[in-house]
Amino acid sequence: MNFLHSLADRDRVFDFLVPATSPVDVRHGPILYLEDVTVSFDGFKAINDLNLTIDDGELRCIIGPNGAGKTTMMDIITGKTRPDRGSVWFGSRHNLLAMNEPEIASLGIGRKFQKPTVFEALTVFENLELAMAADKRILPTLTARMTGEVRDRIEEVLATIGLTELRHRLAGILSHGQKQWLEIGMLLMQRPRLLLVDEPVAGMTEQEMERTAELLTGLAGKGKQSVVVVEHDMGFVRSIARTVTVLHQGSVLAEGSMDQVSCDPKVVEVYLGADPDEEAA
Amino acid sequence: MHSSTSWLARPFRERATQLFLSILLAALATVTLLNLALPEGHPLHVSTYTVTLLGKYLSYALLAVAVDLVWGYLGILSLGHGAFFALGGYAMGMYLMRQIGDRGTYGDPVLPDFMVFLDWDSLPWYWLGFDMAGFAFLMVLLAPGLLALVFGFLAFRSRVTGVYLSIITQALTFALMLAFFRNEMGFGGNNGLTDFKELLGFDLRSDATRLGLFLATGIALALGYVLCRAIVTSKLGRVSVATRDAEARTRFLGYRVERFQLFIFVVSAMLAGVAGALYVPQVGIINPSEFSPIFSIEIVLWVALGGRATLYGAVIGAILVNYAKTVFTGVMPDAWLFALGGLFVLVTVLLPKGIAGLLAYRLKPRRLQREPTDPSSPPREASA
Repeated sequence: MNFLHSLADRDRVFDFLVPATSPVDVRHGPILYLEDVTVSFDGFKAINDLNLTIDDGELRCIIGPNGAGKTTMMDIITGKTRPDRGSVWFGSRHNLLAMNEPEIASLGIGRKFQKPTVFEALTVFENLELAMAADKRILPTLTARMTGEVRDRIEEVLATIGLTELRHRLAGILSHGQKQWLEIGMLLMQRPRLLLVDEPVAGMTEQEMERTAELLTGLAGKGKQSVVVVEHDMGFVRSIARTVTVLHQGSVLAEGSMDQVSCDPKVVEVYLGADPDEEAA
Repeated sequence: MHSSTSWLARPFRERATQLFLSILLAALATVTLLNLALPEGHPLHVSTYTVTLLGKYLSYALLAVAVDLVWGYLGILSLGHGAFFALGGYAMGMYLMRQIGDRGTYGDPVLPDFMVFLDWDSLPWYWLGFDMAGFAFLMVLLAPGLLALVFGFLAFRSRVTGVYLSIITQALTFALMLAFFRNEMGFGGNNGLTDFKELLGFDLRSDATRLGLFLATGIALALGYVLCRAIVTSKLGRVSVATRDAEARTRFLGYRVERFQLFIFVVSAMLAGVAGALYVPQVGIINPSEFSPIFSIEIVLWVALGGRATLYGAVIGAILVNYAKTVFTGVMPDAWLFALGGLFVLVTVLLPKGIAGLLAYRLKPRRLQREPTDPSSPPREASA
């Protein structure tokens, strides 16, 4: 399909001639660009004509009620789910729909899942080591040595996520919040351009939330990472958000600053539970 | 653990591996000494019969290490490793058959006895080359390796894992058993290959050859153990453990999980093949019963008893269970399966981490092993 599509695409000549490893082209501003994306599961449209643009270095929060399509959107960006139609571009050069999961990951899109999944039988240090951007083929992995450079990078990330003291603990015994930070650290080890973070503060204490907010706002910026956070906790979103996108029934309902969005009558309606008759209409 | 040493040298710097190798080499030396230096009839004399029996245990131990590599560190419960063991054994058996030459019952210079008996007039093509030791030994590695490569490629590419994979491995070994039972296959049918005379020119019935085979098996076990240890302490070993515990997550980090699985599966199959090749000249026969599904399950029991994901546990388990089997089947043949079942239940209930878990608990060596995921386990000491 994509091959045929690329043949028809005259101004780019051949998509497959563009090496997948070439750097992300953000000269035009956006690092992530979703256009008219639709995906349905058994007739149910989980994503419906979704348009979304994330700028390079931006910290974007995405909110929305359950079933709004937030997780499905993440799945599409990371290559786990194929949309029925639409296009997804990373910078202005990489067509994400033509790539598989590992390719997208190596391109620089890191995803943090809702439930923290760290390798519990490995230490914090080893978790970060495995996550590091490196040659991930079999023989280079087998013969890999711990160089000073690698160690420095791991120590740097350990300091960023505040787990320096716990580096030789098994990840399985970390607290919930520490696991979340470790997972963010694992994403950072890959030197990603774009971080997708799914509900980072679910189940965290106030204190842990504050530290997570600091961590995330510190990560986003020009020349650093762009960060997309999906979150339910309004207080947390308010504390970090610059731009907020509200998803509802698979498409964008509103976009703007937290204050703008929270005053939007459509958003209020969706969140506060509108009259069911009106909803149906 | 995170040393800058080369991956193959790493195991030699681990205390646990040093200890394991010392014990193994000391045992080999002791048995050799007690066999050679003491006269028969001396209470401490180790008879050649016992030496061969121990050699058999050691080949089983190597097989168990191979299974532990895929089960303990990769999370793939292979219930078909007997097939790789048997293929290695058959490759060796074919070489030994060709070595018989015209000394068989029918005196045919080329054809093994069973082919003469079946009225075949020439060797099947797949028997060609097995008169050369080098080719045959290569096949000991390649036959199981290729089967594992094809089987693993198909299974891992389709992301077949867990219990489904275990069932297919059972089917694999069962299918091979049925195939090898057929006379038309050209592997001696249900009688298999036997009546071997010599290996590399050494008479298989001589005491010296038997001792040599025992020592060779011990050294193969040591080398196999070091190789597996080198793999599991490398970054690849950590990717393997990561795959075992969270496959999707590992894939998401950019590792081609199915290739790692395939690599380790093939290495393991080759080790099992070597174990089979060392087993056959010592027991003097290879037949399709080695392909039986029960045997493959038994191997897994050895590993479980000894302690999964430790490697040395697999060695302990294989040797203990097979020793117990020798004793029990001698004393009360009918009771053996009940004893084995009972032993397994006891260990599962009382020693979930096997005998190795008990040892680790008693001795508390630092970072002796990498335990399977257990959030309740105490923090590991920092050592890097």
